[in-house]
Amino acid sequence: MIIAEPKPIQEVAEYIKEYHKVLVVGCGGCTSVCLSGGETEADILATSLRILRKKEGQKLETVVTTATRQCEPEFIDGLKELVDEAEAVISLGCGVGVQFLAERFQEKWVLPALNTILAGGTVQPGQWEERCGLCGDCQLHLTGGICPVIRCAKSIQNGPCGGSQNGVCEISTEMPCAWQLIYEKLTVLNRLDLMLAYRPAKDWSKERSGGPRKMKREDAAL
Amino acid sequence: MNNFKPKIIAFCCYYCAYAAADVAGSLRLQYAPEVRLIEMPCSGRVDPVVILKAFEEGADGVYVAGCMEGDCHFLKGNIQAKKRVEHLQKVIAELGIEPERLAMYNLSGAQGDRFAEIANQFTERIKKLGPSPIKEGEMYNDNS
Repeated sequence: MIIAEPKPIQEVAEYIKEYHKVLVVGCGGCTSVCLSGGETEADILATSLRILRKKEGQKLETVVTTATRQCEPEFIDGLKELVDEAEAVISLGCGVGVQFLAERFQEKWVLPALNTILAGGTVQPGQWEERCGLCGDCQLHLTGGICPVIRCAKSIQNGPCGGSQNGVCEISTEMPCAWQLIYEKLTVLNRLDLMLAYRPAKDWSKERSGGPRKMKREDAAL
Repeated sequence: MNNFKPKIIAFCCYYCAYAAADVAGSLRLQYAPEVRLIEMPCSGRVDPVVILKAFEEGADGVYVAGCMEGDCHFLKGNIQAKKRVEHLQKVIAELGIEPERLAMYNLSGAQGDRFAEIANQFTERIKKLGPSPIKEGEMYNDNS
């Protein structure tokens, strides 16, 4: 899932300082699961913004709602009436959610309440880690399911660098060397031959450098 | 400032603090009248939004009182409450409200004296801090 973290409340308050009625939209998708942008977080943000405004002796009206997923038009279409009544919209979705809302409601400022930071998962309650670099050319079948693109600090594709010491990366003693993990996993799988297999240079053209990427499925089109 | 009568909200777990309040009453113990109790089924049931809303609505101090650690009727509700309170202290600090205005206490249902002691101590603390900074906004309005 996409992991996002809350922006400082003062920063969000600054975005909306000229408005008196805002719509706060939580997202029931990824940001809800990583406890940054769900129903509760939307309510906490709205209350916090009202408190800040009240401290200045002014009023802020907030309407709080949550879309099932902000990244799908069918789930945000239903917000139209609420959006129309608000002067601005604060999104607790990831960067995708903010943009989908901004595209759908062209005449409104849609402001982000979160910083979108990574594609990853929950390693333990309250802790999330990056697992995918979205490189567009998955090589996990060669590396025992451990991604060197995102888990190696240098994204090295062919074995560890000299900074790998005692199984950890030189950038932090808390960060395991991705290639050490790959080596250990391939040992368990009895597939160390994959370490020696010739691999052509990775095709980075599928990565982000070519502008926004698209995916199409004709059979899913209406 | 001597006339300052703070509004204090105490979210009290039914199994400990709320029962302790009853014990305090039976023992005829005096405790700060500024404290308003709200009975909760467990301290872990106290929603962070409700705590924030208490501040928004004019509370000068809020505390959550749960069972002794290890004695929660629902196993870990009080531990969860403690973590939430610690998190919310950071949130209210970000909003310019002193984190000391929010606290978590642990006591058992038999500790009527401790209940009164907590109520008095916390009220003293809030009296020293003065009115909630949120009320500064109301003063602007009063002056205008």
